[in-house]
Amino acid sequence: MRGLEKFLRSRFAAALIAVLVGLLVAAVVLISAGYDPIASFGALLNGAFGKPKYITNVFIKATPILLTGVSVAFAFKTGLFNIGAEGQYIVGTILATIVGVSLNLPMPLQIPVVLFAGVVGGAALGAFVGWLKARFGIHEVITSIMCNWIAFYLCNFVVMSDTFHKPNSQSAFPVNPSSYTMILGSWKKSDAGKEFLLGVKWLREVLLKTDLNVGFLVAILVAVLISWVLTRTKLGYELRAVGFNRDAARFSGISVESNIVLSMLIAGGISGLAGALAITGTSPHTITLLAAMEGYGFNGMSVAFIAGCAPIGCIPASIMFSALIYGGMSVQQALGVPSDIINITIGTIVFFTALPGIAPFFADRVKQRREAKELANGAQAGEA
Amino acid sequence: MEVSSDYAVQMHGIVKRFGAYTALDHVDLDVRKQTVHAILGENGAGKTTLMNILYGLYQADEGAIFMGGEQVAITNPNEAIKHGIGMVHQHFMLVENFTVTENIILGDEVCGAAGVLDMRKAREEVMALVDEYGFDVDPDAKIEDITVGMQQRVEILKALYRGAEVLILDEPTAVLTPQEIEKLIEIMHDLIAKGKTIIIITHKLKEIMQSADECSIIRRGVYMGVVDVKHSSETELASKMVGRNVNLTVDKTPAHPGDVTLEIRGLTVKDERGIEQVRSLDLDVRAGEIVGIAGIDGNGQQELVDAITNLVRSESGTIKMKGVELTNKTPRNTFEAGIATIPSDRHRWGLVLPFAVSENTVLERHVDAEFGAGITLDYAKLREYTRELIERFDIRPNGCEDERMSGLSGGNQQKAIIARMVTSKPDLLIAFQPTRGLDVGAIEFVHKTLVAERDRGAAILLISFELDEVMDVSDTIAVIYHGKIVGTFAQGTVDENQLGLLMAGGELK
Amino acid sequence: MNSVILLLSITLMYSTPLVFGALGGVISERSGVTNIGIEGMMVVGAVAAAAGSYFSGNPWIGFILAGICGAIVALLHAVASVSFAADQTISGVAINMLAPGIALFACRQLFEGAAMSPIAPKLPGIVHEQMSLNVTTIIALIFAVIMWFVLYKTKWGLRIRAVGEHPQAADTLGINVYKVRYACVLISGMFAGFGGASMTIAIISQFTQTAISGHGFIAMAAVIFGKWHPFGAYGACMLFGFTQALVILLGGGDFVVPSQILSMLPYAMTIIVLVLFVGRSIAPKADGIPYIKGSR
Repeated sequence: MRGLEKFLRSRFAAALIAVLVGLLVAAVVLISAGYDPIASFGALLNGAFGKPKYITNVFIKATPILLTGVSVAFAFKTGLFNIGAEGQYIVGTILATIVGVSLNLPMPLQIPVVLFAGVVGGAALGAFVGWLKARFGIHEVITSIMCNWIAFYLCNFVVMSDTFHKPNSQSAFPVNPSSYTMILGSWKKSDAGKEFLLGVKWLREVLLKTDLNVGFLVAILVAVLISWVLTRTKLGYELRAVGFNRDAARFSGISVESNIVLSMLIAGGISGLAGALAITGTSPHTITLLAAMEGYGFNGMSVAFIAGCAPIGCIPASIMFSALIYGGMSVQQALGVPSDIINITIGTIVFFTALPGIAPFFADRVKQRREAKELANGAQAGEA
Repeated sequence: MEVSSDYAVQMHGIVKRFGAYTALDHVDLDVRKQTVHAILGENGAGKTTLMNILYGLYQADEGAIFMGGEQVAITNPNEAIKHGIGMVHQHFMLVENFTVTENIILGDEVCGAAGVLDMRKAREEVMALVDEYGFDVDPDAKIEDITVGMQQRVEILKALYRGAEVLILDEPTAVLTPQEIEKLIEIMHDLIAKGKTIIIITHKLKEIMQSADECSIIRRGVYMGVVDVKHSSETELASKMVGRNVNLTVDKTPAHPGDVTLEIRGLTVKDERGIEQVRSLDLDVRAGEIVGIAGIDGNGQQELVDAITNLVRSESGTIKMKGVELTNKTPRNTFEAGIATIPSDRHRWGLVLPFAVSENTVLERHVDAEFGAGITLDYAKLREYTRELIERFDIRPNGCEDERMSGLSGGNQQKAIIARMVTSKPDLLIAFQPTRGLDVGAIEFVHKTLVAERDRGAAILLISFELDEVMDVSDTIAVIYHGKIVGTFAQGTVDENQLGLLMAGGELK
Repeated sequence: MNSVILLLSITLMYSTPLVFGALGGVISERSGVTNIGIEGMMVVGAVAAAAGSYFSGNPWIGFILAGICGAIVALLHAVASVSFAADQTISGVAINMLAPGIALFACRQLFEGAAMSPIAPKLPGIVHEQMSLNVTTIIALIFAVIMWFVLYKTKWGLRIRAVGEHPQAADTLGINVYKVRYACVLISGMFAGFGGASMTIAIISQFTQTAISGHGFIAMAAVIFGKWHPFGAYGACMLFGFTQALVILLGGGDFVVPSQILSMLPYAMTIIVLVLFVGRSIAPKADGIPYIKGSR
């Protein structure tokens, strides 16, 4: 029981409990709505991992939410709530598209320039929110949400603008192909490539039927880099000090205002990169008219929270959520279950990660029971 | 002791545990009716815990409570109030933006139909109480606008309004001037004459001698017995409280002041509401001298320190450090100019509690090349450096460099701050309430360190609301009132009453 | 003259959901609980109102159902932030993820997979030439007055405000901080639910995925701008409703400003208002801080 108690106090247990409760709630909702939860979860698993193509897509879909997750996690570690990852992501896609359409440089130049444009876009929006907080003390959550909607309409504005609108479509022009970041993108479509792939079925599926791109590798690099910055550099030290105790940081000579702006700038830049990588790495390589928020930023928050806001922890968390979201689509196709069940699951998971006391609460229960038992045993021993 | 109706309150065999820690270990308390009964103990000894049990805020794990000879069960403050117990907490439980009347009636409101407040009637009831006890309190004033002494009287009124027969006062004199303390003691004796019983919690010996009839002593959660105050002495009480003979005075040699280190001229500072808190203040602190600022909380001490450390802007005037202008620079400039500050609220200003102890020791100095090349921070070096400090300043538990700062006791947290400040070898050390909430052993350590720093040649600016501390430690005593220095004295040339008069805005004849 | 009346009429109409949301924010934050989940509770209220009205044929049933459903969602927030002392921001954000999921799931269940409801009966209103005034607008005004009266003229209000300013003080006087906070958060959810209803069965007459898009957050800004006072928040909502009315009026005309840029106006306005006013507005002292008994 001591082992169980210790486990319940660990952060991993908190995440695990949250996920289990999330699935449990989903099952209850499914049953009460008249669906078969076992079949649904089966369809979900199959839809996420059933074929090499599916697995590849899980990783592709994990890329943006890993990055927005790292963005949220980084900001959270410095005491800020980056609920604006959604808007920063959108601005990242907008700027990447604008630059990718307008410029046509050789690939080794074009790709960094397009990605950088996305980073700058996200960073600028993030820094704006940070500045509002540092200068005027406005809570970043409200301004971030407002910025999300402004970015949303900005995207639609650019899509419909005379310069960028692709006639007879709901989208802007795609970026020039020199911006593409798919793995073996040109080779797989060449004759030699096609001939080779004919012989290797799984690879053919992975390469030809998906937009496998470098994004996930870049995202992992960013996660590692951010983790290093937070825990091994003077910058990370200052940012965390400001996050934990603004007054003590200011008192000891650390500039609180510039650290807040810097933190949001970095967080925004990471989310902007997520947007840019989505444009360069996946079809349709452009922005389209948005009808509702796509949720890359919000799912990033779920990733960050379940990972306890550890950047490295975001890597497995992003894969899990990606599998849930991607696999969830096939649940709708296979069984007609509304895919919103996935949002309920994810929302429940985040809700339970917000309860820091829940796992320790059970740990206390275990402890009480153990102590009661020990007391009882002791009493018996005493009587004997 | 036997349970009898001669006693207003009796608590027998009280045990209270918080997890593995035993805060109270079979503590007894017997309070005779119509007496002032003091509970003496160091910070953390368990005095307040015992009273929180009596007031129903905590439940005892073992033991029984009797009132007037009858056993009572007090499970929440409502029960306590019903049994006629009132408590005045050390940190006042007053809603700052409510009026006096609103604070007094809260929870026991005067209402017409359907819960609608009848403020006129409420005001009349409060006025009747004010008149009965002769308190000088305006029922319509907002709490944030009245003095600390008045706030305390509002707290007492709150208890009386609820029909309290037994009043618990938790460290009631911590924030008062000597004159206000005298007035409080008067009020206490008046209440006794009107049939009330008073329990005061304190660690100040002098006040016990002045006001109490009996005194129960608790040391680290253990009951040390009850003393008849008339037949006792301060030294006896002190040794019972601490468990060894304590030196109540500070050992130091005469000061040898050098050049002026800190020079302040005509300094004016406003608070965030735009009200002048420091008003054209002049002050000199010389190398090798301890200047102590005596004054009541809220007379501009916080703003003075904030201005010197550049946390806030000065409106006008100059602050010079060794002849170099420091007015309206940054906190970083302040540190680089050779100023180190022990802040008044260590949790707010001094420490990053979730950080490890080792991370806390370099809050100012993490930028130094010593702690990592370029942008990196060398955590191994940090740990090594912290281990040295832990040894040198006897910070406990030994080997705590990787533990979270929040896990250390208050005294050890303060030691960690002092270690951090002293190792930078400052030319000026500002100590703002450096012993707040510390026990006797830790207080001795702080005072010794201040004197040692002085002897090293540093200038020391000590700001404290504890008049005794200022009088004992300082070489020069300056009194601050309403943002101005209203008197400066060499140590030993002024007595407590004179200082108290100045602190309250009076004038010396 | 006609266009002034039209502008006023649209302003009142679009400010109504915000007023409900903001009143919810005021009561919750006055008791010391930050409620970022207002948005999510409004979404749930929006779908509940449309469904209730559609199936019963009586829009009032939809309105009441919206309040109940909003309060049920708020119960989650209360459990997290009052009982479990959770981070109120995270809890609120989680509710903003969870609630739209529930709302859409329910919507698809009820309406054969569609992410919007069919046209449902609307609550009554006064329509007179240019001027139209829905009953929800009047209810919102009445609730604002009632909330002001309760907060400032009754013992319940005194207690709520004390709990939001200094929960320890309230506790030592025998006021149950947890109960007060639970009640306020539940009422907050009920108001948010009404806010959702006043969008889907008063302004428009069906639930759509974008019926509530940031209204809850604009309402929160109105709480700050309105200094945590029911009337202040009401006035702030009028201002935001006015910008939305401008969007609609200008969008309908032959103006050079593209509609997407116009749509940004309410959001940009919110930021501008916050920049101008946030420093002058002081939140209840214990707002957003979990109360843990014994930590004093």
